[in-house]
Amino acid sequence: MTDAPLHHRSITAHARSLRNREYSCLELTRHFLARIEAAADLNAFITVTAEHALKQAEDADRRIAAGQATALTGIPLAHKDLFCTRGVLTSCGSKILANFISPYDATVVDQLNRRGAVILGKTNMDEFAMGSSNETSHYGPARNPWDKSAVPGGSSGGSAAAVAARLTPVATGTDTGGSIRQPAALCGLTGVKPSYGRVSRHGMIAFASSLDQGGVLSRCAEDAAIVLHAMSGFDANDSTSLRHPVPDYPALLDQPIAGKTIGLPGEFFGPGVDHEVARCVDQAIAQLGRMGAKTVPVELPNSAAGIPCYYVLAPAEASSNLARFDGVRYGHRAAEYADLDDLYAKTRGEGFGAEVKRRIMIGAYVLSSGYYDAYYLKAQRLRRLIADDFKRAFERCDVIAGPTTPATAFAIGEKSRDPVAMYLNDIFTNAVNLAGLPGLSIPAGFDRNGRPVGLHLIGRYLDEATLLSVAHRYQMETDWHRQTPPGYA
Amino acid sequence: MPITREQVAHIARLARLAMDPAEAEFHAGQLSRILELVEQMNRIDTTGVAPMSHPQDAALRLRDDRVTEHNRRDQYQRIAPAAEHGLYLVPRVIE
Repeated sequence: MTDAPLHHRSITAHARSLRNREYSCLELTRHFLARIEAAADLNAFITVTAEHALKQAEDADRRIAAGQATALTGIPLAHKDLFCTRGVLTSCGSKILANFISPYDATVVDQLNRRGAVILGKTNMDEFAMGSSNETSHYGPARNPWDKSAVPGGSSGGSAAAVAARLTPVATGTDTGGSIRQPAALCGLTGVKPSYGRVSRHGMIAFASSLDQGGVLSRCAEDAAIVLHAMSGFDANDSTSLRHPVPDYPALLDQPIAGKTIGLPGEFFGPGVDHEVARCVDQAIAQLGRMGAKTVPVELPNSAAGIPCYYVLAPAEASSNLARFDGVRYGHRAAEYADLDDLYAKTRGEGFGAEVKRRIMIGAYVLSSGYYDAYYLKAQRLRRLIADDFKRAFERCDVIAGPTTPATAFAIGEKSRDPVAMYLNDIFTNAVNLAGLPGLSIPAGFDRNGRPVGLHLIGRYLDEATLLSVAHRYQMETDWHRQTPPGYA
Repeated sequence: MPITREQVAHIARLARLAMDPAEAEFHAGQLSRILELVEQMNRIDTTGVAPMSHPQDAALRLRDDRVTEHNRRDQYQRIAPAAEHGLYLVPRVIE
């Protein structure tokens, strides 16, 4: 056996030890299942697939014994409960899917299964990924392991809580406006959202189809690179999937930072940022400078319009996507109804929570005749201005840096009654989705209450490799990513 | 622009969301706040800017017109709220 407890080891370290028979996949899986059980109060999981996981672990042990291991064979992981998993509840955090046993696997799930990864379970999330705190989940809020009275962020809140508490080495997430990066920041993790089209959306329950992207929450950039590499690539089942070859992210981690230029948009360093967050981010940028990066000021003049633009386009797409939940083919159906229309309305009225209803109604409103031009087309025009700002900025730099969120984790209940206050959590992240660019958050320190701060790095279209290498190099020189929440060591 | 309870009831009907008057009243206040936020878009002039519907302006890919799916009706209908003889059951629509 090795010195560090199993749950503090990286994927690479696990893969090496599994190959050397220092421990088995079965032992490793049991270790994490026991930690999940002991940390049930975090409410990080909606479903724990213990029996299935042990079977997958046995298969992985056989595969390793046969000399057919991949980098992920026998590595435990958890999937956000928005990725369809065959034969397992896939609830999307909603009552309307609380009985939905998926008949098929999402492409992402299939890709990781085929490499021999072990699924520990499905993680909690904001209902249909609509939220920034995990409080809109039908299954109740997940809690932040750094402070159980605080939110873990959202919408991939359960994935973030689970990785932060070391209940799984890594978890999948999805990011429509910040839903990987914001919880990664609030829980002290590495979270990467790749370029739009990089990761297949097939079997990923759709929220806003022109913005949604699957990605990874992990302890470090090296683990993220391994899992993202396995998840990425062309899929004929996703009409917006890219045919571009996927670079070998793990092999590219050691690119030097020296010679890279980091753009600093003045818009990300304004008075709206908590001063302790600003201090940590400034220190992280200074550290990158000591490692040889140059910094230049850049401008993203339309970034303030990102939030209003996003809260037209995302609900518009959601109102169309969520029309499929009708109580006819799968999911919840109301017990009593007078006719077909009544069946639809009662099923949806009972099945969706308040935030989801709000977004469906906003979407229906901005798409309705008389308002379409003023809201929907206006937002699409702004989307182009926002994307063009990034193009211009990237003529002068390789990576754009700033805070992931304006403040650290807030208390459960603090913002749940005010949707607009909640939406402002994504002020730095959602423009990246509008432009389809890759983004990443890494831990960069703590505020005075011991809550983690995230550094946000944005890359050129399809340049996840540079983002991951900058993050990895930074993590070679710092130890913020190695900090574990008290009580979960 | 503030949204009235009546407008909420109308949108909810269009979106097939059953809603009692108290819930419509609650949403009227919240939707009004959200639209107020959204209207900040008007501070930026977008005259002459072409709308962008895909983050990279990519066109949707076409595929060859051949059968790629096999019949999984039974598997899919096993999770339906009500199905019989290969059909999804709903209340009678045509008398």
